[in-house]
Amino acid sequence: MSEKRTLKNLDLEYRLFKERIFVAFAIVILLVMVLVSRMVYLQVYQYDVYSTKSDKNRMHVRAIPPTRGLIFDGKGRVLAENLPSYNLMFVREQAKDIQGVLNTLSEVLELSETQQKEIAEQTYSQRRPFHSALLLSQLTEEQIAKISVNRYRLPGVEIEAQLIRHYPYGPMTAHVLGYVSRISELDLKKVDRSQYAGTYYIGKSGIERQYEETLHGKVGVQTVETNARGRVLSILDETLPEPGKSLKLHLDADLQYAAMRALSGFRGSIVAIEPKTGGILAIASTPSFDPNLFVSGIDGKTYKELITSRDLPMFNRSIRGNYPPASTIKAFMAIAGLEEGIVTQDFTIEDPGWFQLPNDDRYYRNWKRIGHGTVDLRKAIVVSNDTYFYNLAYNLGIDRIYPFMQRFGFGLNTALDIPQASPGLMPSRDWKRTKRKSPWFPGETLSVGIGQGYWQATPLQIATSMAVLANRGKWVQPRLVKSIDSKDVAADNKESPKDIVLSDERYWDIAIEAMVDVVHSGTGTARRIGKRVDYTIAGKTGTAQVKSIKQDEVYDESKLAERHRDHAMFAGFAPAHDPKIALAVIVENAGSGSTTAAPIAQMVFDAYLKKERGLRLTDSAGGGKQ
Amino acid sequence: MSTRDFLHRLPGAANAFQRPAGWLERIHIDFWMLMILFVLISCGLFVLYSASGESLHDVERQGMRFLVALAGMFIIAQIEPRHLQRWTPVFYLAGAVLLLAVLLFGVGAKGAQRWIQIPGIGFRFQPSEIMKLAMPMMVAWFLANRPLPPGWKHLLISAVIIGIPVLMIARQPDLGTSLLVAAAAVFVVLLAGLSWKLIGGFIVLGISALPALWYVMHDYQRQRVLTFLNPEIDPLGSGWNIIQSKTAIGSGGVYGKGWLQGTQSQLEFLPERHTDFIIAVLAEEFGLVGIGLILLAYLAIIGRGLFIALNAQDTYGRLVAGSITLTFFVYVFVNIGMVSGLLPVVGVPLPLVSYGGTSIVTLMAGFGILMSIHTHRSLVRK
Repeated sequence: MSEKRTLKNLDLEYRLFKERIFVAFAIVILLVMVLVSRMVYLQVYQYDVYSTKSDKNRMHVRAIPPTRGLIFDGKGRVLAENLPSYNLMFVREQAKDIQGVLNTLSEVLELSETQQKEIAEQTYSQRRPFHSALLLSQLTEEQIAKISVNRYRLPGVEIEAQLIRHYPYGPMTAHVLGYVSRISELDLKKVDRSQYAGTYYIGKSGIERQYEETLHGKVGVQTVETNARGRVLSILDETLPEPGKSLKLHLDADLQYAAMRALSGFRGSIVAIEPKTGGILAIASTPSFDPNLFVSGIDGKTYKELITSRDLPMFNRSIRGNYPPASTIKAFMAIAGLEEGIVTQDFTIEDPGWFQLPNDDRYYRNWKRIGHGTVDLRKAIVVSNDTYFYNLAYNLGIDRIYPFMQRFGFGLNTALDIPQASPGLMPSRDWKRTKRKSPWFPGETLSVGIGQGYWQATPLQIATSMAVLANRGKWVQPRLVKSIDSKDVAADNKESPKDIVLSDERYWDIAIEAMVDVVHSGTGTARRIGKRVDYTIAGKTGTAQVKSIKQDEVYDESKLAERHRDHAMFAGFAPAHDPKIALAVIVENAGSGSTTAAPIAQMVFDAYLKKERGLRLTDSAGGGKQ
Repeated sequence: MSTRDFLHRLPGAANAFQRPAGWLERIHIDFWMLMILFVLISCGLFVLYSASGESLHDVERQGMRFLVALAGMFIIAQIEPRHLQRWTPVFYLAGAVLLLAVLLFGVGAKGAQRWIQIPGIGFRFQPSEIMKLAMPMMVAWFLANRPLPPGWKHLLISAVIIGIPVLMIARQPDLGTSLLVAAAAVFVVLLAGLSWKLIGGFIVLGISALPALWYVMHDYQRQRVLTFLNPEIDPLGSGWNIIQSKTAIGSGGVYGKGWLQGTQSQLEFLPERHTDFIIAVLAEEFGLVGIGLILLAYLAIIGRGLFIALNAQDTYGRLVAGSITLTFFVYVFVNIGMVSGLLPVVGVPLPLVSYGGTSIVTLMAGFGILMSIHTHRSLVRK
């Protein structure tokens, strides 16, 4: 080694090395400054950007859906409840192969083709990222087990417990309560979207829709911290949801059952009202449907059957069905005649079986072709004489009939909380001119006089008019809801018609006593039911023409197609001198009011007034002619 | 009378020999270096506790590794530099043979053979780690007795000494380590006084060779480069790491979110948080202040290392001390640069802080050599 050392200049080498070390240290300092500037850039200048990014990473806002309010009948029986249900949820962002997961699901659960289409549709529907879609609801124990076992093949799939609406009375209360169903995009446009985050159902019809806001409650919000895999680790902030308010209805489940059962096998409607409060005790429409089908998601075939059925099971006849009120309004015509001084209690006509207008050879026929002989006001109501009322209507004229009948609620929707109820049609000279573009003909007044012609009314309207009559002119608006969270709802609103005050109080007695005789006298059209009850009923039968009978033609039920047969009607209240229930019964294409509708009305009266009802709410009512 | 005796009799010699008589120096430990190492390692363990998801087990294991590595450092520090120098070629050759063995019978994971498994006992190690030290030592050994700055002939021989192991490591493949090993050796050449002209020439050559490098790279390496250039290409795949680590660093702000409070790290958004990306945890939880302090500690180690190099008594010691120190800095820079998105993602752990075994031992052995060089000085230059 020593011979090489002689070639080395140690001082020079050391100076060189020293220089290099200093240069190296300078570079080190420079590079450290680079790192520091990078960190300053990220942590100071870009702090806001990354801080937001980091929060977005970890924090997710979740909605806590409120519990939907319950619906009770007047006696506190549950009509709509919330039952626990297990839903199949899917977060598509957590699955790498979305279609693969769907295929696995279909295979594991042995889904039908329509179900497969449905879950695919739900999966690909527009949603915020990482928000789960509801694929299937009301999983069975078996399905839950199958999913759990195959969990490892189903990334992003979760089973979520949720409360689901259930209607224990099923079809019996379907029309009045309506139902909830999956929220659609269209529904969301009508409501405050944020309130429905986390809610999958919304009221689609009936009370469920009408009281949606009340029943829904207020959504709660939870800010949660999640890890990189989306698992919730902690709750950072929470506003609890405000549960929906409960509704108590005037409805009496027993009576509703009785009404549905009385109507079973028919297409028709019954509306029963408590005259004192206007509370609707029963509101039945047949045929009906099972609202629970809509909650869980009705399959296409069943739905199509429901909406295309000629019997219109989805149609709420009670509030939407427009029928000619027919003879059920004769008492009101009588009161109008008395009040306007057209007739008196003792005024009589001789009935040849028809009425003719001056200078017109057309015959307006009585339902009994041979006529009723000498007819006074009482007899006209009791035997439902048409000729008397043709004459009365002719003398009153449409311009006096129209406003008077409006005072009983015809042509108006007087209901306090049923905005979707039809106002029916109370024809007037103005209406004819503007809507039909033709003048009013005198003959049309005669048809209106017996509740036919253009006059259309809903069962709810007829029942309401009976309640007003039972109250001797004092108005109570019909209503469904008695109290919200035990707080009574407001009394009548400003749209309530004014109480009817007659110039002579006795006019009420004349009309009501005549209606009592309809049921309880030997000549009354509803005399058959009068013998079977131990209380007094004030009532009026009606037979509404569906197809107009040509001149000189005789109505023959057997000759007419079933759909063209008359509607049978009955309207009245009981007990006559202490009214507790007013009702209207309409049975479509069932012939005369006295043979079909009156016995049905009696069943409802009995159910309400006879304490020993002996009715059990076991078998499902109202399937009817579906 | 030996030279030593002679010197002891010189006037004022007593004082001259009093200075290094501290007990630490007598057991060949450099006090300042040891202090800074302790500070850095303790800070690292604190961060590791957080980064490992509050796993005391991991911290204990890492602590044990440090104890073993410190013992290794202590032992190496006892070896006189001249003995180190004498055994350098043997050390180098052994490393080269082991590298060859890795290529032939190595075990590994993810398509790379980097480990040697010693049968019977469950011990395995990476021969490339040996080369991290053996390589600069070998080049220093070669150049120390040659006239400096090195001439063409010696440079060529140095290139061969460097090239063979580097290529073997690159074949494993482990591009990161091979570049770091090469860097360590190149530092020796640079410190030996390679002329600036040549340095400039090599840099130009290197840059122009970059495109060629693209073709010899593996797919995953190309992917890393692409991801580095634009992490948003694949934010949930290869870009995820860098996006999440930048988010962690940036959201730490100036003062950080607090120890154990870093949401990016604690909620597992940050990948490899206790190994390669641990600095992001520190940045998130301790902010710019924490980063500044840790960089200061690293700077202190490097300063001390370069001070030792300057005070080394012979060329070999100088070159080795300088190279080890600068290589240490390269680790720090590459790791922090990579985690903060300045450099592509290469698997380089943060020295003394990242969780992991082999590299700690190598690092501490390096510091052992530094201490040996510093504490075995005599007043007379050899």
